[in-house]
Amino acid sequence: MEDDAPVIYGLEFQARALTAQTAETDAIRFLVGTQSLKFENQIHIIDFDDENNIINKNVLLHHAGEIWDISASPADKGVLTTCYNKSECPRVLASISLSDNFYIFDFISSESRVLTCASVWRMPPEWESGSHESPDDSSNSPQTLELLCHLDNMAHGNVACVLWEPMGNGKRLISLADNHAVLWDLQESSTKATVRYSSATLEGKGQLKFTSGKWSPHHNCTQLATANDTVIRGWDLRSMSQIYCIENAHGQLVRDLDFNPNKQYYLASCGDDCKVKFWDVRNVNEPVKSLEEHSHWVWSVRYNHSHDQLLLTASSDSRVILSNMVSISSEPFGHLVDDDDLSDAEEGHQEEKSKEPLQDSIIATYEEHEDSVYAVEWSSADPWLFSSLSYDGRLVINRVPRALKYRILL
Amino acid sequence: NDSAATKTAPKSTIYPDADPAPKRRVHGMLKLYYGLNEEGKALGQAESLDPCDINGPHFDPELYLNKLRKECSLGELVDQEACMVKQIRSLDSDMQTLVYENYNKFISATDTIRKMKNDFKKMEDEMDCLSTNMAAITEFSARISGTLQDQHAQITKLSGVHTLLRKLQFLFELPARLNKCLELQAYGQAVSAHRRARCVLQQYSHMPSFRGIQDDCRAIMDQLAQQLRQKFRDGGSSAKDLSECVELLLQLDEPAEELCDKFLSHAQARLEADLQGLEAELRDSTSSAVVKASSPVIIGSPAESSMSATNPFLAPSSKTDILEFIDRGCNEFVSNLCLVIASYQELFINRLQEGDLATKNIPQMASGKLHTFVNSLAARYFSLVERRIQEEKGVGDNSLLVRALDRFHRRLQAVSKLLPGSAVPSQGTEIVVQAARERIRQYLSALQTFYLDSLTDVRQALAAPRLTVGGAAGAGPLLGSGAGAKDAPPSLPDLLSSLSTSILNQIKSVLASVHLFTAKDITFSNKPYFKGEFCSQGVRESLVVSFIKFVCQSSRQFCESAGDRGGSTPPALLLLLSRLCLDYETSTISYILTLTDEQFLVQHHTPVTAVTVLCAEAREAAQKLLNHYVKVQGLIISQMLRKSVETRDWVNTIEPRNVRAVMKRVVEDTTSIDVQVGLLYEEGVRKAHSSDSSKRTFSVYSSSRQQVRYAPSYTPSAPMDTNLLSNIHRLFSERIDIFSPVEFNKVSVLTGIIKISLKTFLECVRLRTFGRYGLQQIQVDCHYLQMYLWRFVSDENLVHFLLDEIVGSSAHRCLDPSPMEQSVIEVICERG
Repeated sequence: MEDDAPVIYGLEFQARALTAQTAETDAIRFLVGTQSLKFENQIHIIDFDDENNIINKNVLLHHAGEIWDISASPADKGVLTTCYNKSECPRVLASISLSDNFYIFDFISSESRVLTCASVWRMPPEWESGSHESPDDSSNSPQTLELLCHLDNMAHGNVACVLWEPMGNGKRLISLADNHAVLWDLQESSTKATVRYSSATLEGKGQLKFTSGKWSPHHNCTQLATANDTVIRGWDLRSMSQIYCIENAHGQLVRDLDFNPNKQYYLASCGDDCKVKFWDVRNVNEPVKSLEEHSHWVWSVRYNHSHDQLLLTASSDSRVILSNMVSISSEPFGHLVDDDDLSDAEEGHQEEKSKEPLQDSIIATYEEHEDSVYAVEWSSADPWLFSSLSYDGRLVINRVPRALKYRILL
Repeated sequence: NDSAATKTAPKSTIYPDADPAPKRRVHGMLKLYYGLNEEGKALGQAESLDPCDINGPHFDPELYLNKLRKECSLGELVDQEACMVKQIRSLDSDMQTLVYENYNKFISATDTIRKMKNDFKKMEDEMDCLSTNMAAITEFSARISGTLQDQHAQITKLSGVHTLLRKLQFLFELPARLNKCLELQAYGQAVSAHRRARCVLQQYSHMPSFRGIQDDCRAIMDQLAQQLRQKFRDGGSSAKDLSECVELLLQLDEPAEELCDKFLSHAQARLEADLQGLEAELRDSTSSAVVKASSPVIIGSPAESSMSATNPFLAPSSKTDILEFIDRGCNEFVSNLCLVIASYQELFINRLQEGDLATKNIPQMASGKLHTFVNSLAARYFSLVERRIQEEKGVGDNSLLVRALDRFHRRLQAVSKLLPGSAVPSQGTEIVVQAARERIRQYLSALQTFYLDSLTDVRQALAAPRLTVGGAAGAGPLLGSGAGAKDAPPSLPDLLSSLSTSILNQIKSVLASVHLFTAKDITFSNKPYFKGEFCSQGVRESLVVSFIKFVCQSSRQFCESAGDRGGSTPPALLLLLSRLCLDYETSTISYILTLTDEQFLVQHHTPVTAVTVLCAEAREAAQKLLNHYVKVQGLIISQMLRKSVETRDWVNTIEPRNVRAVMKRVVEDTTSIDVQVGLLYEEGVRKAHSSDSSKRTFSVYSSSRQQVRYAPSYTPSAPMDTNLLSNIHRLFSERIDIFSPVEFNKVSVLTGIIKISLKTFLECVRLRTFGRYGLQQIQVDCHYLQMYLWRFVSDENLVHFLLDEIVGSSAHRCLDPSPMEQSVIEVICERG
């Protein structure tokens, strides 16, 4: 059977930030944040109609600045956070005197005017109804995000990313800023954020900076993994202390990491050495497995939420690769069918299937992009669907090949 | 008609019997005489009964005549008559000729018969005379024998008595004679004398006088046996004496088994002494071997490997080398063993087979004993030899070992000749084979060590220039390659060639050493193992192929171990190894294998690793190394670029006055890499670029494009134009794989490195925000790179494209994008 063709959507601006609307489990919806220094930045809400292969978009304005990272609340559809560069008028910025603890590593430029902040926003409630009927009007009166609160970061530096508590109630956040990991509590309908605990601080020689992080969904959400330079560290959020450290996880910078949703000790990481590595955090000396399929830096790695053998990676070689890592998934021998489900007639058939489990393999390489792909995300509603975003503003929605889908399901 | 008839009639009257019947009878007799019976004729043709057949036996002239007259015309008759007359005439002349011819024969036959009659008469007379003479002789003879008969009987009797008397005298003198023999130690004589008398004495022992003699003799013989046994036991005597002893004892009816045991145990004592001597020597050499091991074991050069046993280099402190050891073993132990075997066989097996003792299965018993004896001693000897061989760890001089083994093996052949069924020679061969196997293993590990050591040397040589760059180091530290009068370090090609030459020489010398095992004058070289398996499995597979595989393997490890940590291996070494592997792929492997196959004519038909497989492996290793080299070098440059982008505040930078130092460094490094790669790899193919692809045309081209690309993109009316051009460009250009495999040439390598560097630059730029001057600085930097980098790559468009991307991206990331004038950029860049 023919697989559906990819659906492509183009943004006017360059973009790096992409997320699925985590709290939405019915509609396939992605949020994209644009990067433009000159124009008003936007958040595109991409609705994908699976049956008709149609994309509906809504645009919200993001006045604060160009968006480097975006993440949606796991509990409230309307709430999201962005990390953005404040790009205010240089003259104004120049007059602001800055404290010492800010931009420490860039000491020469004491009058620096670029700062990455993070804020929590709420989408205007009427965006859905307002723009649907007349898409042409949306450009005329794009609506604006409603600011809930700043994750005030003046003390901590540039925010690299903001993490929501996975499957939480949308009240807890972690922001990674320079060398600090700060845990926030949102209060009073998310309009006020307070630092809940003393933050964890990365210490060491030179200016260490978090590049990326992931909140583990396991262990009651008490663990956090962060990446800085070539090192991956695990943190216990209760004590804010380090619990493990994978030195030299990659030959070069670690760009992203992701937890296996079903196996609590397993995580995947990717980096500038073109590799994707799989780790068992109980053994930090050797990766469980290592893939080298991309021909340039790998920027993003994502486990499928339901079937953890499926793994997406995005790279600046303009490719997205979907791999099937059966051997280290939670279902290494294929989908185990309950005996109750089997009628006698089917039994032989099933046995035959289970006898030849899928091998670790590359399922597909998606080459629809023509620029570096910095972000890739699975849909939160349909586990067989994902989108990828390249720097030139092209969003591509793809599906897992049907043959494989049926193979996993049946 | 009538005339014809009348004419025939007178003719027939010539013969006396005109009647046809008697005439026919005469014919028949003649026919009988000449063996022409009528049946012979009948065989030829059916006898015609036709009376008209003129040649038939039943011919009737009347009938014939009548028939002719009736049937034929007159003309025919006349013809017939003429023909017949002609025939008759020819027949007559034939008959005449026959008679004349045979006439002489009849005459001579008659003469002969007459002569014979006379001769017989004379003979008859002579015969009569002979018979009368014979009768007279018979009569005389009878008379003589009658007279002589009485005297003859008397003489016979007398001679019988005389013999008996002599025998009796011998018996009576026997004890005295035996005693005398005993005194003179003439044991052999005594025994033979006693043997002669023994039966007689036995037979007449019932007579008292004989009994006395017998007792005396027995006592004396017991004493003699005692003395012999004593002598046998003392063992001081020579082997010949000993065997004589045994021989005599056997004749004295000593039990053979006991004698065997005694003989063997006696021999064992002496052989034990030999073995102990060997063992003591072994212990000495073990202690000295410790000393030897502490001194570094170095493989000799080919010249050294031909050195003789007196090689002081191999075992300076050892008292005995293996050849001496084996020599001693052969001369003492093996030759003594052979002697023992020979005399034993002579005494107990060959001799007894002839005698009456053979019936008692003694030969079988004796040879069984001998086999166990030989086997147990040989086993001990072998264990000593094995221990000694194991101590031969130094791989310097193989000829010594081979000669020792040869001698060892050769001497054992003597045993096999003496003792055909023995397992000893085959065990010996097994030891030799084992030693050869062990030797190959040692050579392999020596080669591997040598290879790794050479690599370390190369590494040092590569590192040396940096250390002694100011110092006036004379020649290259490692190989003293003739770099010349300058204090230049050994260049990469020199290092490569000296490395590969030294490895090749090493392989050759090892092959030469190993080849000694199969030399024609070596006895064991024609054993099936050395003819087949040793050559194919041993030398070819275990040694040569394993080494080549090891080279590839260890080269590949350089890529893997250094992969993550980065730069633990100097890039130049990677490059050098890659070229080495490539050389191996193109020529060296096939050369080495051909060499091996020629030296060791492989007759064994076990499958061997094909040249192509090894070549593929080498090529793969070369490819991997080169890829890794590109990656490492690319990363080094990438790191510089990344640092330079990340650590600068691009928003608040000042107006560009110069090209940043980093860019100059990048170009310098690229140039030096270019030189480095150029030393080892060919230029490679560039995409043909137009003759006018100088920097000027290029910069105009690129500047115009840049203008087009980002000037309009910041007008609010057309935000989509931003990427239009670059997108279109992408549509028509091939996708660039950054870390992709490279080809084996300079241009491809450099292209790879530059690709990696520029892509890093691009990605880093995209993560920063630029001010006006930041953008301008990037413009300057890119233009500078453009000026210098295009010449290194296969397709200059690639550089243009990536640099355009960089400038374009930084323009996008610029808060105040006002690009610098192209002419200003050029001025700055040209200023340097």
